[in-house]
Amino acid sequence: MSPSFLFSQFMGGLTTAMFLFLIASGLSLVFGVMRVINFAHGSFYMFGAYLAWQAVQWLHPTGGRFWLAALLAAIGVGLLGALTERIFFRSLYGREELYQLLFTYALVLILGDAAKFLWGTDQLSVSTPPALAGSVQVFGTTQPLYTLFIICIGPMIAFALWLALNRTGAGRMVRAAQMDREMLDALGANVATLYTAMFALSAFLAGLSGALVTPIQSIVPGMDVLIIVQAFIVVVIGGMGSLWGTFWGSVIYGQVLSFGILIFPGFSLFSVFALMAVILIVRPWGLFGRPL
Amino acid sequence: MTIAEAITNILPQRAATALRHRSVPEGIPWTLIVFIAMATIPWVGSRYDTFLASQIVIDALFAVSLNLLLGTTGLVSFGHVAYFGVGAYVCGILMKTYGVPFSLAFPAAGLGAALFALISGFFCVRLIKLYFAMLTLAFSQIVWAIAYKWNDVTGGDQGLPEIPYPNLDWMSAVPGFADLSIGARFYLLTLVLVAVSLAVVHRIIRSPFGRVLTTIRDNPERAAFLGINVRLYQLAAFVIAGGFAGFAGALYGIFSRGVFADYVFWSKSAEVLIMTILGGAGYFWGPPVGAAVLVWLNQLVTDYTQYWSFVLGAILLVLLFGFPGGIVGGLDLLWQRLKRLRNA
Repeated sequence: MSPSFLFSQFMGGLTTAMFLFLIASGLSLVFGVMRVINFAHGSFYMFGAYLAWQAVQWLHPTGGRFWLAALLAAIGVGLLGALTERIFFRSLYGREELYQLLFTYALVLILGDAAKFLWGTDQLSVSTPPALAGSVQVFGTTQPLYTLFIICIGPMIAFALWLALNRTGAGRMVRAAQMDREMLDALGANVATLYTAMFALSAFLAGLSGALVTPIQSIVPGMDVLIIVQAFIVVVIGGMGSLWGTFWGSVIYGQVLSFGILIFPGFSLFSVFALMAVILIVRPWGLFGRPL
Repeated sequence: MTIAEAITNILPQRAATALRHRSVPEGIPWTLIVFIAMATIPWVGSRYDTFLASQIVIDALFAVSLNLLLGTTGLVSFGHVAYFGVGAYVCGILMKTYGVPFSLAFPAAGLGAALFALISGFFCVRLIKLYFAMLTLAFSQIVWAIAYKWNDVTGGDQGLPEIPYPNLDWMSAVPGFADLSIGARFYLLTLVLVAVSLAVVHRIIRSPFGRVLTTIRDNPERAAFLGINVRLYQLAAFVIAGGFAGFAGALYGIFSRGVFADYVFWSKSAEVLIMTILGGAGYFWGPPVGAAVLVWLNQLVTDYTQYWSFVLGAILLVLLFGFPGGIVGGLDLLWQRLKRLRNA
């Protein structure tokens, strides 16, 4: 195996990882604060992709204005998340986990069919924004600019979230809610609004990642349930609720998948699920998380 | 403490039964009536009715096996389809690839699923609540990944089509059975096997062992205080539930003429959870009612629209926000009110 081949595997793994980080970061944030596993996160991701396609059609059918379209899609999904939290989720906080899980699964069913109804079942695709359409030679491998962009945006988002959580007043509230939400509530903080905002931010991130994936993956029904399991794996590996845990969890997941194919062809899927199971058995709170 | 000691120590056996009100009018053998009614379907109904009834009966067993965890023991499994899948594959592979008769392949399917439940459950019961749900999900996805990729044994994404029916020629000798198609005969066999399984599960739930499971559901700390080995009991429930799910899977593989990796995908676990909740997880007959209503609704709705998932999601929303007790829970409440009106 030549070094350049290994390098291209590594880069492939890293691209997968950064995409998954964008998706899983929102999942992890909501889990950390609300202790809710949101199956519908994958549906938000899918809606991001479809809305981005729709926005591109409206703004500039021949391509271009991709960034504006992606932003609009992410905002749209963020609003959808906020509405969901306000209308439905609010009344489920005191209930058993099972009801919360099943509620988010009901959303998966409803949003999945809504997407089919609105956009049909054909594959849709969005062309790569012209500025990033080219590719560069790195270590004898050809790397599309767009995947390099994805690899850069992952750490940027991670850093931005870290800043927001650790250096702002709102972030302090979020961290307080992670530790003890009853106490935060008792101290007079507006926990209800905080939850809505968290849910909206989480959905925004899912929508953004869905929008950003469109230039390299076609948009198809069923992308929601496929991605959500991968996001679960990432979040479990890193530690549910931990931002950097989710980041490193994505990196590990991407590399295991990418090199797993070389070592056990056909069993890389198996290896990532096995990794998830082993982590849950040995350290249920993940590599970087804290016990509940 | 051994299981035997725990059984003799725990709660006077019948006390809990006596405390619980009866939810249906007494003195009528409802179970027998339903069984006989279901058994006449191949003669009085159409082929399609038999097809639907087969599906209902198999789903009912699957949902009841899940409810042994959910309703009886209080464990939320999000990967119960793994054991259904193991059963379906074990039975399918034995019958199709190795030509093993159904009379051996069927018990083997239950044993295989129970064995896998023992291995995975050993780890799962160590975890609490959400982590438990996540680990069961992980195990079910491991089964899915193996089913999807191990082409030589499971057929990979092509699956295992054309699993043979068991040899039911002997039924021709029974008066009135001679004209029945193989599908109808297999339905009758399924009905009997499921009825026996349900009777066994019912017996388990009503036994002292089942009482311990209920105690664990209601208050695990207290159960541990009483000297019950909570994890051991949870594991036992997990293994039994896995075994019966395996039986359901074996029947389903033959009924649907094939076993495919899709059967084991995680969303199927959610579907059986919905079935259970829809019927009412707090009642033994909740899951079978949920299975019947869901299968019936499915065929009703798909006549009009392709958006079955949407309808299912909407039903689930109504259920979660309006009727957390499910259909049987709602009927029970209604019955109690009527009784109070009559007595007043």
